[in-house]
Amino acid sequence: MLSVKELHVYYEAFTLSGISLEVPQGKIVTLIGANGAGKSTTLRAIVGLVRPRSGSIKLGGQEVAGRPTHWLIQQGITMVPEGRRIFPNLTVQENLEIGAYYRTDRAGIERDLAWVYSLFPRLQERRRQKGGTLSGGEQQMLAIGRALMSRPRLLALDEPSLGLAPLLVKEVFRVLREINDQGTTILLVEQNARAALQLADYGYVMETGQIVLEGTGRDLLGNERVRRAYLGE
Amino acid sequence: MTLETLVQQLMNGISLGSLYALIAIGYTMVYGILRLINFAHGDVFMVGAYTAFYLVSFFLLPWWAVVPLTLLAAALLGMFIDRVAYRPLRQEPRISALITAVGVSFFLETLGIVVLGARPKGFTEYIPGLFARVYDLAGIKIPGVAVWVPLLSLACLGLLLYIIYNTKVGMAMRAVATDIETVRLMGVNVDRIISYTFALGSALAAAGGIMWAFKFWQIQPLMGIYPGWKAFTAAVVGGIGNITGAMLGGFIIGLAEIMAVAFFPDFSGYRDAFVFAILIAFLLVKPTGILGESLKEKV
Repeated sequence: MLSVKELHVYYEAFTLSGISLEVPQGKIVTLIGANGAGKSTTLRAIVGLVRPRSGSIKLGGQEVAGRPTHWLIQQGITMVPEGRRIFPNLTVQENLEIGAYYRTDRAGIERDLAWVYSLFPRLQERRRQKGGTLSGGEQQMLAIGRALMSRPRLLALDEPSLGLAPLLVKEVFRVLREINDQGTTILLVEQNARAALQLADYGYVMETGQIVLEGTGRDLLGNERVRRAYLGE
Repeated sequence: MTLETLVQQLMNGISLGSLYALIAIGYTMVYGILRLINFAHGDVFMVGAYTAFYLVSFFLLPWWAVVPLTLLAAALLGMFIDRVAYRPLRQEPRISALITAVGVSFFLETLGIVVLGARPKGFTEYIPGLFARVYDLAGIKIPGVAVWVPLLSLACLGLLLYIIYNTKVGMAMRAVATDIETVRLMGVNVDRIISYTFALGSALAAAGGIMWAFKFWQIQPLMGIYPGWKAFTAAVVGGIGNITGAMLGGFIIGLAEIMAVAFFPDFSGYRDAFVFAILIAFLLVKPTGILGESLKEKV
C-alpha cells in the first residue's frame, strides 16, 4: 500500500539519508528507534508536512512525494500527530467531525462517528465537552478517533503511547489491534519498542536517519541488538 | 447635560461603536489565524464605501443590489490581498508579512487618491430614507442612523457568529486559530480557510464602510485610516484574536470616544488621542485585553 524508496530529507536538525520501507495492505508496520533517530521526520515526510529532498513515496502505486498534506489525507493516508494535538477549543464531537472535513457522504460520516464512539465510549459521554478538558488518555483516544473519521486506508501514528500510564498504553494498543482487524493498515512510530513489536507484523529500526535493521516483529524481539538497545535487557 | 443630549450621545456612541466592531472583527480574525495585523484592513473599509458610492451614483443601482455587490467586491479584494501579498510570505518570518501589510495599506490609500481623487465625495443624496429620517422617541429626537446602524451591525455580527460556530468552515476557522498544521492533517486546505477568513472580515468592513458613509455623509480615500486604527484598538481592548472581544471592544471604544467629547467638549480636539491613550493603557496594563487569553506561542 505504501512504499517509500531512498527518501532523503533535510529538516531542521533532522536528516534522513535514504529511508526505504514497505507497508503492505492490511498489516501493522512499526518504526522504532531512539529519540532523534528521525522516526517522526519520516512520518512527517510521508504525510507531506516536510518536503523530501529526493526519493519516492508511493501510495497504492501512485507517486505522491511532494504533494500537499490536505491532498494526501484525501487519498487515504492520515496521521495521529505526536502529542495528540487535539483542538482544545472545539468540542469532542467537533474534533471528530473536523476529522471527516473533506468527506461529503453524510450517512457514512454518521456511521463512522457511531463506530468511533463504540471504540471509545468515554468520548461519547464527553461529546459536548471542549477537547482541552479531556485527560491525556482521553485526548489520545480522541486523536485516534479523529484520524479514523477521515476513513483512512493507512493510519500512521506518532508515539501514541507517549506520556500515558501503562494501563492506558495497553488500551491504546488493544484499540490499534481492533482497528487493524477491521481492515485499516497501520504504520506505527513508537519508542515503546516492546509493545510496538509485539503488535506489529513487521518492524524497522532507525538510527541517526537510517534504517539499520528490519524484520518481522517476532524476529526483532529476538534480535540481540534490539534486545540490548531498545528492550533494556 | 440634558437627558435628551445624554440619550443622543449614547446612541451616537453605540452606533459609532458598532461600526468599529464591524471593522475590528476583520483585524481580530486574521490575527487569530496568522498572527498578522492586516494594516490594509482599514483601506478595504474605504474601498467598500467607494464601491457602494459608484454602484449607487454611477450605475444607479438600488440599495438592495448595491449592498450584496459591495460586500462581494470587498470579500474578493480581501482574498486577493491575501493571495498576492501575504500567502507568498507564509513561511517567512512574521515581520515580513507585517511590513507588507503596511505597504498594501499605503498602496491602497495612494491608489485611491490617484484613481478616485483626493477630494471627498458627497454621499448625502444617496442615503436611504430609513437612515436619513429622524425618529421621535418620547420627545427625544434620534437620527435614523443611530437606530439602524447598530441594529444592522448586530445582525451582521450575529450572522458572523452563526457562521463561526455552526458551519463546517467556521469550525475549521476556529481550529486553524489554534493549530494550523494539525488542521492540514484533517485534509483541510488551510489556504482556502484563510482565504475565507479574509473574505468574511473584508465583507464586514465594507458593510461598516457603507454605514460610515450614511453616518458621516462623505467619503475620501484616507477615510479608512482613523477608523481602522480605532477598530484595531477595539480589537486589542477586547482581546485580539477573540471575536466576541472585538465586538465588545468596538462598543467600548465608540462610547468612550463620544462620551469623552460629550463631557469634555473643550478637549474634543483630542478625541483621537483619547482613544489611542486607551490603547496604550491596555498594552501596558492588560495586553491580552478583556476577553483575551494569554497567548501561547504556536507550535
